[in-house]
Amino acid sequence: MKQILVCVLLCAISAGSFAQPVFMTRNGKISFFSKTPIENIEATNNEVTSLLDIEKGELVFAVLVKSFRFDKALMEEHFNENYLESSKYPKATFNGKILNLSKVNFKVSGTYEIEVGGDLTIHGVKQYQTATGTIIVSPDKLEASSKFVIKLSDHKIEIPALVAEKISKTVEINVNCIYAPK
Amino acid sequence: MRLNNKLSLIGILLFVSSLHATSYGQDLMDMLDKETEKQSKPDYVTATFKTTRLINGHSVENVAKGVLDFRISHRFGFLSDGAYELFGLDQASMRMGFDYGLTKRWMIGVGRSTYQKQFDGFTKYKLLSQVSGGMPITVSATAGIMYKSLKFDTPDRENFLTSKMYYSAQLLIGRKFSESLSLQLMPTLIHYNLATGINDPNDVFSVGAGGRMKLNKRVSLNAEYYHQIPGHQISGTTNSLALGFDIETGGHVFQLNVTNSTGMTERSFISETTGNFFKGDIRFGFTISRVFTIVTPRY
Repeated sequence: MKQILVCVLLCAISAGSFAQPVFMTRNGKISFFSKTPIENIEATNNEVTSLLDIEKGELVFAVLVKSFRFDKALMEEHFNENYLESSKYPKATFNGKILNLSKVNFKVSGTYEIEVGGDLTIHGVKQYQTATGTIIVSPDKLEASSKFVIKLSDHKIEIPALVAEKISKTVEINVNCIYAPK
Repeated sequence: MRLNNKLSLIGILLFVSSLHATSYGQDLMDMLDKETEKQSKPDYVTATFKTTRLINGHSVENVAKGVLDFRISHRFGFLSDGAYELFGLDQASMRMGFDYGLTKRWMIGVGRSTYQKQFDGFTKYKLLSQVSGGMPITVSATAGIMYKSLKFDTPDRENFLTSKMYYSAQLLIGRKFSESLSLQLMPTLIHYNLATGINDPNDVFSVGAGGRMKLNKRVSLNAEYYHQIPGHQISGTTNSLALGFDIETGGHVFQLNVTNSTGMTERSFISETTGNFFKGDIRFGFTISRVFTIVTPRY
């Protein structure tokens, strides 16, 4: 009898602990912004897939480059064909970790400042990238946002001299994801 | 009994720990790959050609929705006219055109050519789109109407306005074989309300073929040829051949070309070309295309 009780208890505990520690979104939002005196370029992707493991602090993103939407169709075409070469490199990914995981208590609702670091692969070129952001913990979801800057040359994205004045050498990236338990 | 309980306990523990092992051992990145595969959508092939025109004629490309494409084209005189005419540059024929994208698949356009004071209008609809790993080709259909406003050369005869109207219908079948190579076939019908001569047909059938080879990210080499079906062509005409470069510079596309044709509407270049390309009846020409976003898309 005692053993059966122990057994049930054990089962309950382990069931509790493997209620997946993974949170996910399929419609995260990533936008970028290039600002020069001549032209501002902005594009948004609302189909970002991301997973967050709150136990290990692991954080991964995948973005289809073709899903970035621009105000000008020609910009979108040039972005895909000339700069990001999206048929050759269809996906951009991030594989990283929350570096200050101990500062976030996923059991207590609130806003936490986070630091993230990991491999950002854009245009087929992997680069270690760090970013700061916030994570808002609430009972049923996690909302994460971040803003950081990347250098186009870090990812071997070449800007020809002809349009160099219209495209900034660094691009600001905004990330906003609302995660639900997977 | 006790032994059984112990065994079942051990069994359950093993089972539980094995579950843990799988759920924890799985790489988050692998999970992500599986998720993105699940939601993958058809991957439409884009930028088969640089612009909506291969050289003289249509390509399978459309103007994007809400975008106006302003095109100015020039064709000069024959190179064979020699130095006195500065190899044709002294004579210029021009077409000005406005194309607009109504939807992602449907565009319309109007134009005016100095050649025979011609007005033209067309509509183009994309029926099928090439998908990587799916539909192998892009198919578009075009319909055009041309009106020659040049005065009748037989004013004493009873003339009808409709006698100066011409129609064209084309099927454009294109495929982007690789980043650099795209090819296209264009079965074409041109209809003349009034046949050109007593022995000439009202319907001119032809099949066009063309393609582009990208030389680098911004320059491509294009070729376009329309073969008129013998017995269905106007006497004294030749087949239209054109070679050219597309050069892209941000918001503009420059199309430089050499061709034996004069006109820039289907009826004038497909069925009424008279120059012999290989005897020096070659004209230099260029088109400048500039796009303006009229309606900003909302996502």
